[in-house]
Amino acid sequence: MADSAGAPRPSSSVKLVLLGEAAVGKSSLVLRFVNNDFQENKEPTIGAAFLTQKCNLPTRTIKFEIWDTAGQERFASLAPMYYRNAQAALVVYDLTKPTSLIKAKHWVAELQRQASPGIVIALVGNKLDLTNASAAAAAGGNSEDEDEEGESGGVSGGGDESGDARKVSTDEAKTYAEEESLLFFETSAKTGHNVSEVFTAIANAIPETSLKSTRGPGASNAVSRGGDEQRVNLTGPRGDAAKDSCAC
Amino acid sequence: MRTGREDAWVSQVANDEQHHAASDGDDTPPPPLPPRPTPGPQPSHDAHLAAAADRPPLQSKPTTAVSSMSIQTVSFPDGSRGTFTSGGDDPSTKGSENVVIPGDLASTRADLDDNMSVATFAPTLRAPGDLASLLGGSASKRSPAWKLLRSQSATVQPFETIPLEDDATLTEFPNEFDGIPDESEQDWSDWDRLGMWKSKLKHYMILSSAGKPIYSRHGDLALINSSMGVVQTIISFYEGAKNPLLGFTAGSTRFVVATRGPLYFVAISKLGESDTQLRAQLDALYMQILSTLTLPTLTHIFANRPSTDLRKPLEGTESLLSSLADSFTKGSPSALLGALECLKIRKSHRHAINNAFLKSRADNLLYGLIVAGGKLVSVIRPRKHSLHPSDLQLIFNMLFESGGVKAGGGDNWIPLCLPAFNNRGYLYMYVNYLDGPAASPTTPVGPHSIHEETAIIMISPDKESFFAMQQMKNDVVAELEKRGSLDIIRAAARQGRPRVAEVAPGSQISHFLFKSKANVQFCMSALDPVFSDAVAHRRLMSLYHNVHATVHAKHAHLKVIHCVGADATSLAWVTPVFEFYCVAGPNASRHVITQGANRVIQWAKREEERLFIIGGGVF
Repeated sequence: MADSAGAPRPSSSVKLVLLGEAAVGKSSLVLRFVNNDFQENKEPTIGAAFLTQKCNLPTRTIKFEIWDTAGQERFASLAPMYYRNAQAALVVYDLTKPTSLIKAKHWVAELQRQASPGIVIALVGNKLDLTNASAAAAAGGNSEDEDEEGESGGVSGGGDESGDARKVSTDEAKTYAEEESLLFFETSAKTGHNVSEVFTAIANAIPETSLKSTRGPGASNAVSRGGDEQRVNLTGPRGDAAKDSCAC
Repeated sequence: MRTGREDAWVSQVANDEQHHAASDGDDTPPPPLPPRPTPGPQPSHDAHLAAAADRPPLQSKPTTAVSSMSIQTVSFPDGSRGTFTSGGDDPSTKGSENVVIPGDLASTRADLDDNMSVATFAPTLRAPGDLASLLGGSASKRSPAWKLLRSQSATVQPFETIPLEDDATLTEFPNEFDGIPDESEQDWSDWDRLGMWKSKLKHYMILSSAGKPIYSRHGDLALINSSMGVVQTIISFYEGAKNPLLGFTAGSTRFVVATRGPLYFVAISKLGESDTQLRAQLDALYMQILSTLTLPTLTHIFANRPSTDLRKPLEGTESLLSSLADSFTKGSPSALLGALECLKIRKSHRHAINNAFLKSRADNLLYGLIVAGGKLVSVIRPRKHSLHPSDLQLIFNMLFESGGVKAGGGDNWIPLCLPAFNNRGYLYMYVNYLDGPAASPTTPVGPHSIHEETAIIMISPDKESFFAMQQMKNDVVAELEKRGSLDIIRAAARQGRPRVAEVAPGSQISHFLFKSKANVQFCMSALDPVFSDAVAHRRLMSLYHNVHATVHAKHAHLKVIHCVGADATSLAWVTPVFEFYCVAGPNASRHVITQGANRVIQWAKREEERLFIIGGGVF
């Protein structure tokens, strides 16, 4: 028991899920947090990936069990499996793409409706590196080109009149986050700006009472939800897609 | 222009050696040049190379090797194991074996006869040596200079003799996989971009029967929308006439069309594959789409709304389609043979791995696989289900060719449909790379590193079984670690494929493929150093595609085919038990190559239980 860094702190694990539209940079945020690494033009996640990372707080150690989900519509029906029993959720949008914020709001609503009641939700606007931090850009710029944009790429990031690709203003997102009492951050997985802060803030926001000591893996996932969806059902996502397109 | 003089020299040789040949075959009449009496070793070597190298420019259809190949196809006799039968001609008159060739040629390719015969003689110049040794004939009559030439040239590697500039089709190959700039880049006009698009050697397009573009390997859809429209018009014209279009040729470009349900698949190739091979590639793309959507979903989407844009449901899988397409363009032995490659380890080791795997089996496991560097190490499966190679090909493509899964790290849980197993529903695949982040914390995930990765894959029908699979993986890895099996796997993966020199020492074979039909698996020799470069690899694969197409042609009853081209020779040998293909330098004689082939096959028989997974772990 050679405790090098002070007294042995109580360690507990927290199940965290990342949700958000495709190509907003969910996997890149996780990669930055877990491996402190970044990959340009990362290929889309398929299904979901499960990673763990420790986060040291002054009084305790939080072991994050992270579910990094794929953002494509066809995986949407699998999401409940990942956010069920989650104590924290990171809902990510791309601040160069207004539709991704709309999608993020859908996720927040779904989480508030269906996830466990005490869930801590953080709203994260990613790709801050593509903006001029100074320019509080005009919101609601209508980017018509929502097709093929590499994950966290932003290579063709719409109209870059002043080198600033920001399309979602900080105020707009912040106001929404306050209304829904969410944590709010703007990050860049590419530069690493604010990334560890997000996770630390989540760790701090988890109420002490909801923390158990490290449980056996799978304890929370053993419960099956009665096999309501044995396979990914594409009809739902199709409806969603239609809804999406008129919403933007 | 070095061709003129050396050609003359060559035809002079031909003239000397084979009066018969030169007099009625050569379209350049034998010129009365001085016979360059003392060429000296170095120039004569060059000249000899030139004999092989400079033939193609004389042909009306140069260098693709298709023509000279097909000559050999036709000219090759009955296909019994005695590959060097010469139709019972008297071997003592050297010209006589040519009788076979012009005769067959004239019957099939009369229009090209006088061009072809030139190329035909170059290879057959060497044949008498074999016949002589076989039949105790008169090889000793050759001039010492000629023998010197032969002894030097026998070690020429395939493709060494023709500089790339002569092989017009493949000069652009290194750029084949480069992206085409999209509209946002103002330096490029549409015309330039279209030019780049047209210069690609291989295209794959997928569109819906309503004409909506779904996928194209090259170019963004805005650029090629009009081409898609043309394709759709052509296809639906023939569909409307109840006479579906299967394919057509324009210049040297082959178009192959496949209709699968509501989808049209088009392959456009300048690489010389056969229709069957191209169609198999299109089928693999279709399988990839099914793997994403399942058949009922796909049918349902289009039954409800025929004009659906399928790009949205397929979002994120473009990279999988592209990596599949690129592996075909690069040339994939696995796709060509429809078989899998296994890691070569001792039988007892594989047995131990299977047992460790079976011992920790979770209840709802369907298939368990261990894969190292894209080669199968171990499989466990239920008694009543086997794994189909085409499904495994999709999995391998996802895990080892496209970086999506690997790059994220961690444990992956992927819903996918294995169409050959059951195209109606999803299975859930657990994937973990064993030497994941711990072994290589910061190294970039390049293609090289990915090819040496060891992955453990577990497939379950239950989407809630992630943690059961994770538990099983931990148990398996602990067990393998304890028995030292992981080190064995890593060492075998690092060692790579066997070299021909180890398998059949002294043979002139440069590369081989051996497919065990019963096991649906194949093995091959190491690609480096000769074929490690992308262009050389593509040429090698083109040779394999050619002989493969010939032996598998619908009404061919060929068992053996020996092709001699200007830059390489190839041999295919098909029996009910195995398929064997090999490639050697342009000067390797049929006799030598056959001996080598026999040795490789004996080796494969001897090592069968190490090279292939026979049965695997069954529960």
